[in-house]
Amino acid sequence: MGPPDPPPPATVTQPPFITSLQASPGGVSQVSYWVGDWTIVVPVARLLEVVRHLRDAPEAAFDACSDVTVTDWPLRPERFDVIYCLYSTRHRHRVRVKVKAAENDPVPSVTEVWPGANWLEREVYDMFGVNITGHPDRRRILMPEDWQGFPQRKDYPLEGPGELLMENPVDWLKLRQAREEADIE
Amino acid sequence: MEAPAIHHGAMFDTNELVINMGPQHPSTHGVLRVVLRLDGEKVVDADVVIGYLHRGIEKLSENRNWTQIILLTDRMDYVAAATNNVGYCETVEKLMSLEVPRRARYVRTILCELQRIASHCLWVGTHAMDIGAMTVFLYAFRERELILDLFEEFCGARLTYNSMRIGGLPLDIPPGWDKKVLEFCTIMAAKLDEYEELLTHNRIWLERTKGIGVISGAEALALGLSGPPLRGSGILRDVRKDEPYAAYEEMDFDIPLGTAGDTYDRYLVRMEEFRQSLRIIRQATEGLPEGPIVGKVPRLIKPPAGETYHAIESPKGELGYFIVSDGKSTNPYRFRVRPPSFCNLQGLRRLCKGHLVADVVALIGSLDVVLGEVDR
Repeated sequence: MGPPDPPPPATVTQPPFITSLQASPGGVSQVSYWVGDWTIVVPVARLLEVVRHLRDAPEAAFDACSDVTVTDWPLRPERFDVIYCLYSTRHRHRVRVKVKAAENDPVPSVTEVWPGANWLEREVYDMFGVNITGHPDRRRILMPEDWQGFPQRKDYPLEGPGELLMENPVDWLKLRQAREEADIE
Repeated sequence: MEAPAIHHGAMFDTNELVINMGPQHPSTHGVLRVVLRLDGEKVVDADVVIGYLHRGIEKLSENRNWTQIILLTDRMDYVAAATNNVGYCETVEKLMSLEVPRRARYVRTILCELQRIASHCLWVGTHAMDIGAMTVFLYAFRERELILDLFEEFCGARLTYNSMRIGGLPLDIPPGWDKKVLEFCTIMAAKLDEYEELLTHNRIWLERTKGIGVISGAEALALGLSGPPLRGSGILRDVRKDEPYAAYEEMDFDIPLGTAGDTYDRYLVRMEEFRQSLRIIRQATEGLPEGPIVGKVPRLIKPPAGETYHAIESPKGELGYFIVSDGKSTNPYRFRVRPPSFCNLQGLRRLCKGHLVADVVALIGSLDVVLGEVDR
């Protein structure tokens, strides 16, 4: 389960900012390279330390956080991949930082490093229910404030009757199955 | 007995006032709601509320096959549908390591730049109308109409084009279309001077835009701004130059930069972008190579397992797609859009602090947001 995250082939040279991150033990648990994109997997506990290093170290200089997003793998014990897409205007390079988190694991907010992550993290919370901690303004952003559930999770159905779903998704799934069977007949 | 102290300033009620602007407000460009906390007419704080147009395009896309999604991307930034198509198709091509023929890349460049002009036409019209200059709106929409005609001839639609396919183009350009594009470039170049005559040195325009919403380059970057709002603050950042896609590597063009980082500089940057876009269109149309328009695309599109992020420069800023394929099914496992309008709109709260209510309208226009893309 989860993306393959293949290691870089021997023919590709690793950018120096990854090498310098690897110098401190435990900072990077995996490095991967796929169709030209570098990804580093970082333990949640070290996330803030790593992203601060990536912003401040001269060889990295990631001054912009392009995107924060999540991939949901419900069958995995650590179901969420929280992904930070970083970009450096000085070196014009990109990297993706990935942390893995279980359903209620706290993931520290990176808004103090890049204030622009504010809304992106709100969306991550709104759509997936990732427990973002230390966020200045953690509210729902796209869904109504009183919405129950997190719509972009993989186990959240694509369509549903709203309130009934909020109370019990299983009931709705049964109802839908009954409807589909009725349609076939 | 001591006389009570008289506070001259306290004759009016100095309590802060909370007013609600939108979501049904003509100058919020759609369904944007801004809750303003005012001290007199000055904005103390603003809470930007979005989500009124949320259609769950990301979730929907995860349940459609790879080709069907192209149509959904049209509905995000609906005034620049072609750039959305290009961004999505290129991301899938990157994931599949597909080679796109040179002719298709050139046509994509032309379409992207026509789209940029159309989108900027809509921007200059509505932005100026919000501030009170009615005439520009009519002028700009007249020229936008010409672009819509060109698009209609190319793909049959005027707003939601569905004009790309993974691996290339759906159709070759119609005969004589390139001549019409060049004719349009000549017309547009002259019309741009008309717009500028109306606005650039207009005293009212200067009053309303100079020094409004000043933001430094470093702050704009940290706030996640991209596209013209970032370049208006003097940061050289354009995906077309930094990470070239389509045929931009072979084009010769400049990136206009502002210095002051205010609404006026963002206006100037976009006005110059019009001209640079015309320059790109001319080069691409005149140098349009012959050859196939679709690469070697497998009949069943099913990218290998993996994930990628690919960004293009949409008229609003950096439009990124993050797509995960599990390699087994015919739909993406995860489909994520990094909408430029969403990230730019985030800066509104910072920009409008300390300005007047009327300036909030100017600032929303200056960020050039499309709510279809903000809410997806």
